[in-house]
Amino acid sequence: MKELSREKLIDMLKTMYEIRYFELKADNLFMQGKIHGTMHLSIGQEGVAAGAGAALRPDDYLLNTHRGHGHCIAKGADLNKMMAEFIGKETGYCRGRGGSMHIADVTRNNLGANGIVGGGIGLAMGVGLAIKLQKRDQIVLGIFGDGASNQGIFHEALNMAAIYSLPVVYLCENNQYAMSTPIKKTAKVEHISDRAACYGMPGVTVDGNDILAVYEAVSAAAARARAGDGPTLVEAVTYRWKGHSKNDPGVYRTKEEVEYWMGRDPIKRFRELLIKNGVITEAEADAIDKAAAQAIEDAYTFAVNSPEPSVETIMEGVYA
Amino acid sequence: MPRVITYGEAIREAMSEEMRRDPTVFCIGEDIGIFGGSFGVTRGMLDEFGPERIIDTPISEAAIVGGAIGAALGGMRPIAEIMFSDFVTIAMDQLVNQGAKIRFMFGGTAKVPMVLRLPEGSGYGAAAQHSQSISSWFLHVPGLKVVSPATPYDAKGLMLSAIRDDNIVLYFEHKMLYNFKGEVPEGEYTIPIGVGDVKREGRDVTIVAVSIMVHRALAAAEKLAKEGIECEVIDPRSLLPYDAELVDRSVMKTGRVLIVHEGVTNGGMGGEFAARIVGGPAFDYLDAPIKRLGGKFIPIPYNPNLERAAVPQEEDIIAAVRELVA
Repeated sequence: MKELSREKLIDMLKTMYEIRYFELKADNLFMQGKIHGTMHLSIGQEGVAAGAGAALRPDDYLLNTHRGHGHCIAKGADLNKMMAEFIGKETGYCRGRGGSMHIADVTRNNLGANGIVGGGIGLAMGVGLAIKLQKRDQIVLGIFGDGASNQGIFHEALNMAAIYSLPVVYLCENNQYAMSTPIKKTAKVEHISDRAACYGMPGVTVDGNDILAVYEAVSAAAARARAGDGPTLVEAVTYRWKGHSKNDPGVYRTKEEVEYWMGRDPIKRFRELLIKNGVITEAEADAIDKAAAQAIEDAYTFAVNSPEPSVETIMEGVYA
Repeated sequence: MPRVITYGEAIREAMSEEMRRDPTVFCIGEDIGIFGGSFGVTRGMLDEFGPERIIDTPISEAAIVGGAIGAALGGMRPIAEIMFSDFVTIAMDQLVNQGAKIRFMFGGTAKVPMVLRLPEGSGYGAAAQHSQSISSWFLHVPGLKVVSPATPYDAKGLMLSAIRDDNIVLYFEHKMLYNFKGEVPEGEYTIPIGVGDVKREGRDVTIVAVSIMVHRALAAAEKLAKEGIECEVIDPRSLLPYDAELVDRSVMKTGRVLIVHEGVTNGGMGGEFAARIVGGPAFDYLDAPIKRLGGKFIPIPYNPNLERAAVPQEEDIIAAVRELVA
């Protein structure tokens, strides 16, 4: 923490709050029947997105998951455009064509969330190949969940990223459940990061609810990638407080388990750490919290007052 | 003397010329380096361009296609090779769910400029998992372009267009055509994607033939001409987008149509082509029901007699045309 500026630490806390409030707003809009379609909330997982995002340079690339709102915010997305996309408006990042699972901010090298579990793992490797072939010094952050680590593309892409020494950081956001199925039932290894050994790349597991641990692990992996030493598999263990998507009866987890993890709130933990270390005061923390809540409300106001896409434009964007 | 080269050489020449011109173009696939590709199409390219631009991969079709899509998003123009088009099944998520949809899903903000080379077709005893012709499948996928050249001239011109296109272009090349020779002028020329070609003019019957079937149709037309039946052979060259106007103009002249392709008839491109004719301005000019000739509804068999019988041959085309004019 010592090597991080006050400004950076405050920004990390702000990002976590923005993610939390974005997700709460999304949940709330769904409950009110104001959104169309499904969504996947990352409440409780903010430490992973904000920690990893803080470890990137603005021109680094990101490919993320269907539970991707947080990653997108942590990559610096415009909240107005994100909210507008979430509710399907023309002013959204994808002109309302993508929605929650496909938010991409190409201007910031955020190449999108992905509706297919593990779908972005191969693309991340390819972006790494492009960077290497063009001798640029960016890196790619390829985020996927614990469930995606059982997809075939995980094996193919991590192997290729390793043999070509590509500048990719693979980040497994292990929230311990693939929909209803616990990772303990679908993987025999203790840590997803153990699988890195199969590809001859380093693997590391960190506490995903500790934003600084995520930041440090991703920073180290990014430095390694940028130096031309190849990919790393970072696993951040966390927990989602809400259901998998909008229709989740929650029968596969005990109330006690959920409560245990809610007691390990990554935002509260980081906020208290910053206050304890004299980085910010209680009042300053409250102000950051309030500003984030307001930013999300403002984004919603922008989004809800934005035009719907015109049906006349439906055929646009299939081909370049 | 006009220069004559093979279909395989024409593809290689197009890729090499474009790689010399544009540093963002590179090739990626299995055994394309020192081995020169399963069919020798990339032979010698490793020597000229080096292992950074002629990239040998593990046997990982999903990652080859996903990696090419990612590289295209990252500013390159990859030419990815799937050793046999049959193996593209392993990469279908990357191709159909990812690559083809990216531009639309992202509201037109991204582009995926890449070529996917797909050697297809039966005829040399490789049996069911190495001999299919599956280009029809992809005509159902918004976001993809599909080309299927039949001659060295078209192969080169379409490859140059495919590499320069800002979309994913599936380039189906027929394995039995690699050694087929034809005139290819020195120097650069392109053939626009979506423009068909009249390979032979005729007044009696329009034969719309794809890939290797162009040659079988031309051979059949030669024989039928001796009986006084003049066939017009149309090669769409591009399957998506498809030059329906060229076909319509021909049908308005002949009034009779035979559509020939190697992939199975059922659910194949012939049905789509026929529907375009029926639903368009040429309908009123039809003097007979449209005929389709495609592969039988079976996997490609191993035995040479069975293999030959599984897909349209010259004699099948002759018989179908005779029925059309009877």
